[in-house]
Amino acid sequence: MSTNNTLSFEERISMKLAELFTSFGYKKFKMSKFEEYDLYIENKSFLKSENIIAFNDPTGKLLALKPDVTLSIAKNTADRETEPRRLFYSENVYRVSGNMHEFKEIPQIGLEFIGEVDDYSLCEVLTIAKKALAVISDRYVLDISHMGLLIGLLEATGLPYAEREEITALIGTKNAHEIRRICNENGVAPDLCEKIVTLAGLYGSMDKILPLAEKLVVNDTTANAVNELKTICHILRADGSHNLNIDFSVVSDISYYNGITFRGFVENVPGCILSGGRYDNLLKKLGKTSGAVGFAVYMDLLSYLNKESGNFDADVLLIYDSTTPAEVVLSTVADLRAEGLRVFASTGECKNIKYKKIIRIGEEG
Amino acid sequence: MSNFINIALPKGRLGEKVYNLFEKLGYGCPALLENTRKLVFEDEQNGVRYFWVKPSDVAIYVETGVADVGVVGKDIILEQNPDVYELLDLGFGKCRMAVAGKKGEMLPLDRTVKVATKFPNIAKRHFASKSREIDIIKLNGSIELAPILGMADVIVDIVETGTTLKENNLEVYEDIVNISARFIANKTGFRFKTEEIELMKSKIEKEIAQ
Repeated sequence: MSTNNTLSFEERISMKLAELFTSFGYKKFKMSKFEEYDLYIENKSFLKSENIIAFNDPTGKLLALKPDVTLSIAKNTADRETEPRRLFYSENVYRVSGNMHEFKEIPQIGLEFIGEVDDYSLCEVLTIAKKALAVISDRYVLDISHMGLLIGLLEATGLPYAEREEITALIGTKNAHEIRRICNENGVAPDLCEKIVTLAGLYGSMDKILPLAEKLVVNDTTANAVNELKTICHILRADGSHNLNIDFSVVSDISYYNGITFRGFVENVPGCILSGGRYDNLLKKLGKTSGAVGFAVYMDLLSYLNKESGNFDADVLLIYDSTTPAEVVLSTVADLRAEGLRVFASTGECKNIKYKKIIRIGEEG
Repeated sequence: MSNFINIALPKGRLGEKVYNLFEKLGYGCPALLENTRKLVFEDEQNGVRYFWVKPSDVAIYVETGVADVGVVGKDIILEQNPDVYELLDLGFGKCRMAVAGKKGEMLPLDRTVKVATKFPNIAKRHFASKSREIDIIKLNGSIELAPILGMADVIVDIVETGTTLKENNLEVYEDIVNISARFIANKTGFRFKTEEIELMKSKIEKEIAQ
């Protein structure tokens, strides 16, 4: 019997991901199910959903079931360690999701690099993200973006925070017509407005997009962003630029993510299955000075790929009757198992399990 | 399968108008016009597969990726907030979302407002932005009846010409937002059929600019 039969599709993927992460020197980090409620309230906009399951511990302190893992890891990592920390986790998070707006337990596997983020470590995390997607499916795309371009362009508009947030959300849905409307209503210069619209629409290979991105430079923030993106893409190209795209509609909350952000997609899974980026700003908010980059894989989405339900539950349905001594049944089961077969013993036919063949023992058999 | 563009169209007038536009741009599927009860139509030559779905379900079909692209009213997008790309404003199917009530009366200021609507999320957001407390009465049709019968103070609904309101002695108190048909795409579909979808988008864009 191979492990392929005993492990579910999700378990096999999570095992392979753990192997991949450890091969790059990442260590598993096991954390408690609960966290102090305050941590999430202070960093509300970092979370994907604002709904949190909160409860009191025996002393009356308000706790929450983790809606997110990155915050806990960032909080629990000591600052300015001389050496970088490489951690991965496999945890359940609790969030409101789906159309029914109900709390769900979502299995999530992810990885965080905390420390001095240089070109190598950034590319390491991106490479692992790419390999993680390849573990999940042959048909995948990793989309890379740099928040600096958007942040820089928004700075140049001089718009207030609310409008900046609105435009950021619209970029996420590639909604050019409403970006134009907001820019018009707020008197943003037409050429600057068109640059933001272009940013929302840019999608494709590095070779196609990088030269176009250079035309969007308006200030230091945008120039630095394009330069960093160019450097990263140049390094990643050595490992093959296939399946890597640039997409500036990959936006994350601007108050936490400051540099490279990325999303992974695989065919037949609606929405992104992998999401990550550089979040130095979060650490800054937590009073730390290190940099950090990481990503999470949403394991619940794997159900879109798992088409294994047609499998058999057992190879043999072993039917015995009342005349057969238990030890005979036991030894028959042992013999069949020794042949590598999965056996389901029963006194009659079973409708609720799928088997390949029936063997009968005893007087009637 | 994967080379086809899967298109979700809203049943009804809007869907037919959109189909005529798409046909003109080379995405025809003659079988669609035959009067059958079929819901899925394919045209191998043009590489398209159409689904007729309930207008309020288009965004769901696109969000789950069964359809790569679709056309849906902005009202549905605002109400359901689906995780999709909104690539184009088609500029037709124009109407507005508005608050309306009995002619000559006003929004009550001194108590909780009873609001009858098919769009509870839009109504909630609108009144929350004005710091008003409301009770939502979710209805599925004939919204205009609610204020007439005294079930609600106001309605939040789509207003096209205003004729239905007038005939029922109602009037618009305030506009919430302008509505029109939008061309939307699934986020994963967009990545694996980028060329096809971008080509389709640019063809539509050129056509509606004229």
